[in-house]
Amino acid sequence: MYTYSDADHAYLAERNRQFRQQVARRLDGSLTEDEFKPFRLMNGLYLQLHAYMLRVAIPYGTLSSGQMRKLAEIAERWDRGYGHFTTRQNIQFNWPKLEDVPDMLDALAEVGLHAIQTSGNTIRNVTADHFAGAAADELADPRPVAELIRQWSTDHPEFQFLPRKFKIAVTGSPNDRAVTRAHDIGLRMVARGGETGFEVIVGGGLGRTPMIGKVIRDFLPRADLLPYLEAIVAVYNRLGRRDNKYKARIKITVHEHGIGTIRDLVEAEFPARRAAFSGIDQQVLAGIEAQFAPPALPARDTGPFDAAYATDPMFRSFADTNLTAHRRADHAIVTVSLKAHGAVPGDASAGQMRVLADLAARYGHDELRVSHEQNIVLPHVARADLPALHRALRNAGLATANVGLASDIIACPGMDYCALATARSIPIAQEIAERVEALKIEHDLGPLKIKISGCINACGHHHVGHIGILGLDRAGVENYQVTLGGDHTETAAIGERAGPGFSAEALIPALERLLLAYLDLRHGRDESFLAAYRRLGPAPFKAALYGAEGQRDAA
Amino acid sequence: MTRRPALKAVTANDLRGGHVVWRTASGRWSQHLADAHLWDDEAAAQIELIDAARETTEVVGVYLADIAQGPQGPEPVHFRERFRADGPSLAATRSYAPQLH
Ligand code: HEM
Ligand code: SF4
Repeated sequence: MYTYSDADHAYLAERNRQFRQQVARRLDGSLTEDEFKPFRLMNGLYLQLHAYMLRVAIPYGTLSSGQMRKLAEIAERWDRGYGHFTTRQNIQFNWPKLEDVPDMLDALAEVGLHAIQTSGNTIRNVTADHFAGAAADELADPRPVAELIRQWSTDHPEFQFLPRKFKIAVTGSPNDRAVTRAHDIGLRMVARGGETGFEVIVGGGLGRTPMIGKVIRDFLPRADLLPYLEAIVAVYNRLGRRDNKYKARIKITVHEHGIGTIRDLVEAEFPARRAAFSGIDQQVLAGIEAQFAPPALPARDTGPFDAAYATDPMFRSFADTNLTAHRRADHAIVTVSLKAHGAVPGDASAGQMRVLADLAARYGHDELRVSHEQNIVLPHVARADLPALHRALRNAGLATANVGLASDIIACPGMDYCALATARSIPIAQEIAERVEALKIEHDLGPLKIKISGCINACGHHHVGHIGILGLDRAGVENYQVTLGGDHTETAAIGERAGPGFSAEALIPALERLLLAYLDLRHGRDESFLAAYRRLGPAPFKAALYGAEGQRDAA
Repeated sequence: MTRRPALKAVTANDLRGGHVVWRTASGRWSQHLADAHLWDDEAAAQIELIDAARETTEVVGVYLADIAQGPQGPEPVHFRERFRADGPSLAATRSYAPQLH
């Protein structure tokens, strides 16, 4: 894992000192809110419906157990004992007091964490495959490059006032778990000849105008990465629309000018940028790579795993859903679900954070990951240790065996917290999870991505959910629109709107009809919901969703 | 259903704590909607809003919310205001629920 250098610590200490003074000046009245707001947003501090909210970056989703313990301490000391892990691999604290925030930032700095560039029109926290450095299907760990991008983009003087926010995601695996096609820039590591480089995707994004990113360069040599990124962001900085914030994201710039024009402009910008990098970036990268050396994993007997798998049905169910293949066959990647049926997706109490930190220290080489699906990952666990790990998770209420299933729902905070929301999302997620649990169908349903956003901004990724749900306000009543057939992976697709929206009460029965219809329609268990949808098209799914009543209305 | 024109209350977030506050008849801020002064004259409410917005070291984001007089006392007209007034709707469902103010 990357450890802060003295320069990093000094930079952060200075930033935090400045912010402490800005807060003091706001509280004593020497700064107005209009003057103060840009400062607080630069430091990740929002004002939500009922309170401030502090958004802390977890770069590429990687945490040490010490960092996780610090998050627990912050949650207890200055918040209400819990935090919310988000689709952007950040954590949000929902109840800080303004006067406490400087202390919270100092506490974060002790463990090399901060909230810089988690808001505003800057390059945001870089996200990555949450199985990075562990997955069996990976070309190389994308995190050294993500860290390089983090260092380059943090406080980059040219890119502090972009037309709009800018999000970069990186994956080192052909199976895209980082949703690279829905980011301003997506980077996919690819091999050509003996060399690894990147496929560079630009102009993806969700929000009110969802777009799948387009390939701007099919193979970019590794050493050209930063100058090429800089060329893209510079072109966007010049061309991106500042007249209308709904048209300001690079996806619109690419759409309006065409990918061909953008590519030409970037290629024209590139040589000068390339020349300005004297090779220092490659030296820095080499230093970073050394810090991401994979942990030494001693060979372990898988006997205890096999025995528990054969005899303990709860363990077997957990192993079947929550484990992913590790590059070492005697190890596994464990996803710990933060989606117990009826719980708030992505919320973890301070106690749960500590349990996870302890388990990572004991069984997981001190590493944790936050997934964009709002779960916590222990990337390197010996299979022999899994029965003991599972017992410990069960005791902490963290052993829910539902990863990748219907109740493993992404939900944004929605109107329970968010000032921009048009409807609630969390209670919808809770009700769906409780319903599929009551029906006992989720293991039968198999892989299913349900994603919920509380407004058109699409923070809950609803466009790329197999089933997407968007909460709207229709004449003062919450109303939920359903999209079908979205896909967040390497075969990314935007879901299609099924039809008119549902009231909160009508939504759950409609989804139940939809899920039961899928079970009838599929060609056996091997055909997932998405595969069946692609084979059959929307008609039978819409018919189920709207039921008899919908057909009558349509007639 | 015929609805009487909404009453107005001056509301904001507390600068220090961030929590929702309502302006009382005596020009103080209360955390309880029940303490809010309700204006039936929109012009008068606008003037109160201007005064309230000057208290920049106390509050942030001052605006007028639509309120109706219900059997149990004042109630926000829109569901968004209801969540602002009452806190997250999901508090009861979990052990580490956020307490309301
Ligand atoms: C303070 C609460 C939040 C605010 C004010 C906020 C605001 C926004 C806005 C305005 C957009 C649309 C941007 C655009 O289309 O230009 C957006 C998109 C997005 N936000 Fe949030 N958001 C909040 C919370 C979250 C949370 C909790 C998450 C993670 C769960 C998140 C993740 C995202 C993602 C993934 C997108 C869509 C991707 C994109 O096109 O940028 N946001 N957010
Ligand atoms: S989608 Fe809308 S409601 Fe949900 S967090 Fe984003 S801005 Fe808020």
